[in-house]
Amino acid sequence: MAAVTALSVWLVPMLIGTILVCAILKKVPAYESFVAGGKEGFSLAVSIMPFLVGMLTAIGVFRASGAMEAMVQALKPLLTIVGMPSEVVPLALLRPISGTGALGLMSDLVKEYGPDSFIGRLASVMQGSMDTTFYVITVYFGAVGIHKIGDALKVGLLADAVGIASSVLIVTLVFG
Amino acid sequence: MINLIWVALFLVGMVYALFNGTVDEVNQAIFKSASEGVTLCIGLISVLIFWLGLMKVAEEAGLLSKLSRLFKPLMKRIFPEVPPSHPAMGYILSNTIANLFGLGNAATPMGIKAMEELKKLNGGKDSPSRSMITLLALNTSGMTLIPTTVIGIRMQYGSASPTDIVGPTLIATLCTTLSAILIDRYFYYRRKRKGKK
Repeated sequence: MAAVTALSVWLVPMLIGTILVCAILKKVPAYESFVAGGKEGFSLAVSIMPFLVGMLTAIGVFRASGAMEAMVQALKPLLTIVGMPSEVVPLALLRPISGTGALGLMSDLVKEYGPDSFIGRLASVMQGSMDTTFYVITVYFGAVGIHKIGDALKVGLLADAVGIASSVLIVTLVFG
Repeated sequence: MINLIWVALFLVGMVYALFNGTVDEVNQAIFKSASEGVTLCIGLISVLIFWLGLMKVAEEAGLLSKLSRLFKPLMKRIFPEVPPSHPAMGYILSNTIANLFGLGNAATPMGIKAMEELKKLNGGKDSPSRSMITLLALNTSGMTLIPTTVIGIRMQYGSASPTDIVGPTLIATLCTTLSAILIDRYFYYRRKRKGKK
């Protein structure tokens, strides 16, 4: 395990080093290319802003009103039937919608039940094995000006459902 | 679709707040979330500039095309509509690799670059192509080898073995990613049957 952790620490510096050495060998004007690429980065960040503000505000209103909580409560019986502990139901439902919100809930569960408890481990695996579908769609499609999302949301949310189910199943098998 | 969801989030929230007596909270949330969106973007500026700059260097040094040649056989199956030597393939690969190693802030700029190239391939239309949905599915399924943030939080709360969830997380994320690809395929063939492109 230590090797894996060490690898991930060294990965970024190694990656940067490799790229720069290759650039020198190929006689690429490295600094000028970097600046040219970086300029694109700035305008990109600015162009995503309205998309994120719009989406986060809508989600913020939905959560603050208590509607999110009501939805969680309504779905709870259904999800406990399939074997999910009711404590992690809010996390499972929030994970695709809000990355920071899910991270907050996950640390809360880990603190409350202990990192080595069943709940703590399940929350950890759930947090680690999915991504924030809404955020990814907003940023990726927003940045390049895709206004019709097609089947993207359906695919993302269905995959999240599989992610939730497999997290519960695997954690139960390994630690249960 | 996205328009409908967006409006529904607002309206359901507002109507619910009316009955729930949480109008104050909703008022606060509107402005708090809006500034949160801006803060998030400002945080993204530094990583976008750095990684897109570096990727430009990598691209001009010919590293991206080398990378795509290496993984061509696998990627040709997942993205059948992208020509293997197209720059989009290089960006898709960099995005996938950055995701795998948990470099979320490096993955986003490369994913966006990949989307840009895919949009060009799609004739600049404002609806997503098949490959764009596949790329999105890969990214929403959250494939990571080492969930660093999660390990960090577990350490913070005194776990006896903070990394013991790495194996289960890997299996779970594999399930999610594989099913994301399969679900994406299913929807693609369904669109095709319906005669839509």
